[in-house]
Amino acid sequence: MIDLAEFRNKGIVEGLAAGIKKLTAGRTETMTFMEVCGTHTMSIYQYGLRSLLPPQVRLISGPGCPVCVTPIGYVDHALAYARLPETIVATFGDMLRVPGSGSTLLAERARGADVRVVYSPLDAVNLAAKHPGKKVVFLGVGFETTAPTIAGSIKVAASRALKNYFVLAAHKTIPVPMQVLSADPALKISGYLCPAHVSAIIGANAYRFLAQMQGVPCVPAGFEPADVMQGVEMLVRQVVEGRSEVEIQYSRFVTWEGNLKAQALLEEVFVPTDTPWRGLGVIPDSGLEIGERYAAFDAAKAIPVKVEEAREPQGCRCGEVLKGIIAPSDCPLFGTRCTPEAPVGACMVSSEGSCAAAYKYGI
Amino acid sequence: MCLAVPMKVVSIDDELAIAEIDGVKREASLMMLGDEVEVGDYVLIHAGFAISKLDEAEALQTLELMRECLAQGEEPS
Repeated sequence: MIDLAEFRNKGIVEGLAAGIKKLTAGRTETMTFMEVCGTHTMSIYQYGLRSLLPPQVRLISGPGCPVCVTPIGYVDHALAYARLPETIVATFGDMLRVPGSGSTLLAERARGADVRVVYSPLDAVNLAAKHPGKKVVFLGVGFETTAPTIAGSIKVAASRALKNYFVLAAHKTIPVPMQVLSADPALKISGYLCPAHVSAIIGANAYRFLAQMQGVPCVPAGFEPADVMQGVEMLVRQVVEGRSEVEIQYSRFVTWEGNLKAQALLEEVFVPTDTPWRGLGVIPDSGLEIGERYAAFDAAKAIPVKVEEAREPQGCRCGEVLKGIIAPSDCPLFGTRCTPEAPVGACMVSSEGSCAAAYKYGI
Repeated sequence: MCLAVPMKVVSIDDELAIAEIDGVKREASLMMLGDEVEVGDYVLIHAGFAISKLDEAEALQTLELMRECLAQGEEPS
């Protein structure tokens, strides 16, 4: 019987840190590894892992916080639905406080809008079944981990012949923006700590093109502190040995081919599309929109609504934080005008945003 | 948002499992895993769906590698 708490064992984490120090001893160049996923960012801050690394190893946060990279226009679109009569907006909790151009879902709820937080998209389907006279719009935000659960909910709604369940889809896929980031010479990325649970779905093979074509080592790693440290150790070892490969640290849940059933769900319900990322701009084929077959469930097509023109908050540097160009504390709003209580940018709202993590745990 | 929690499957009814960790029980759809899951298995639960099954042999091997590193490492300061 395995004790999963062992992956938080302090002695193991310190042992891995000592191993990394040995590997880098006497080396002068800096290795910059990007942790793509916001949950890694949280883990690194929460367990103080940066303090255990030698100065040659630098960790930067990437664009892997779905709420943070969702453009403000999407939030405005959701807000427009929240203001419609006989409409329930269902969402994961972290979208509630994300500022749109002029409001938040939380503020709209305070004004009487029917905005509900659900744990699973299937809960939103159940809401639609329970309220046949109302439209239920679920906010489909998230990467490949979450997108199959939304696809599943659409299939369930279809099988139950529900006509009042809709998804406002803004799903994004991870490998394409990674390619964009490692091609940016300003970032000098030496390797990627690849997201744990996205990788459980897409499989480690999805990163092979990065390792082979761009020469960037990739290691899908778990979120526990020992997982992160071992992932960093594997990346350091590759750099030291001059290799560029995909190696799986999180092998207890990640395989080379990934979850084929989940991939089939994605293919059945969604089609790839060009999509805007906050901070990165429009990236071709990096988003998922609902395909023809399930178009009746696509809120954007089925429920036309007037959306106000998007206005980015003044002074907010979320975009540069998401690319790893600046640290959260380099933003003039950080900790002054922008705090978790009164966030200006999305990176301060989401529990896995870099700014929220930096604010909560210190720099 | 991509957080997922490893939980132990305590019962299965068609495509729906009940999974438990630290006394907390959750329903989880097995739409993405299906037949390969049995009662007693650990699965990763994300947003009401089981998305991956724990490979115990791999987990043990990872821990073994980590402990080896511990043995080779310097004394923690």
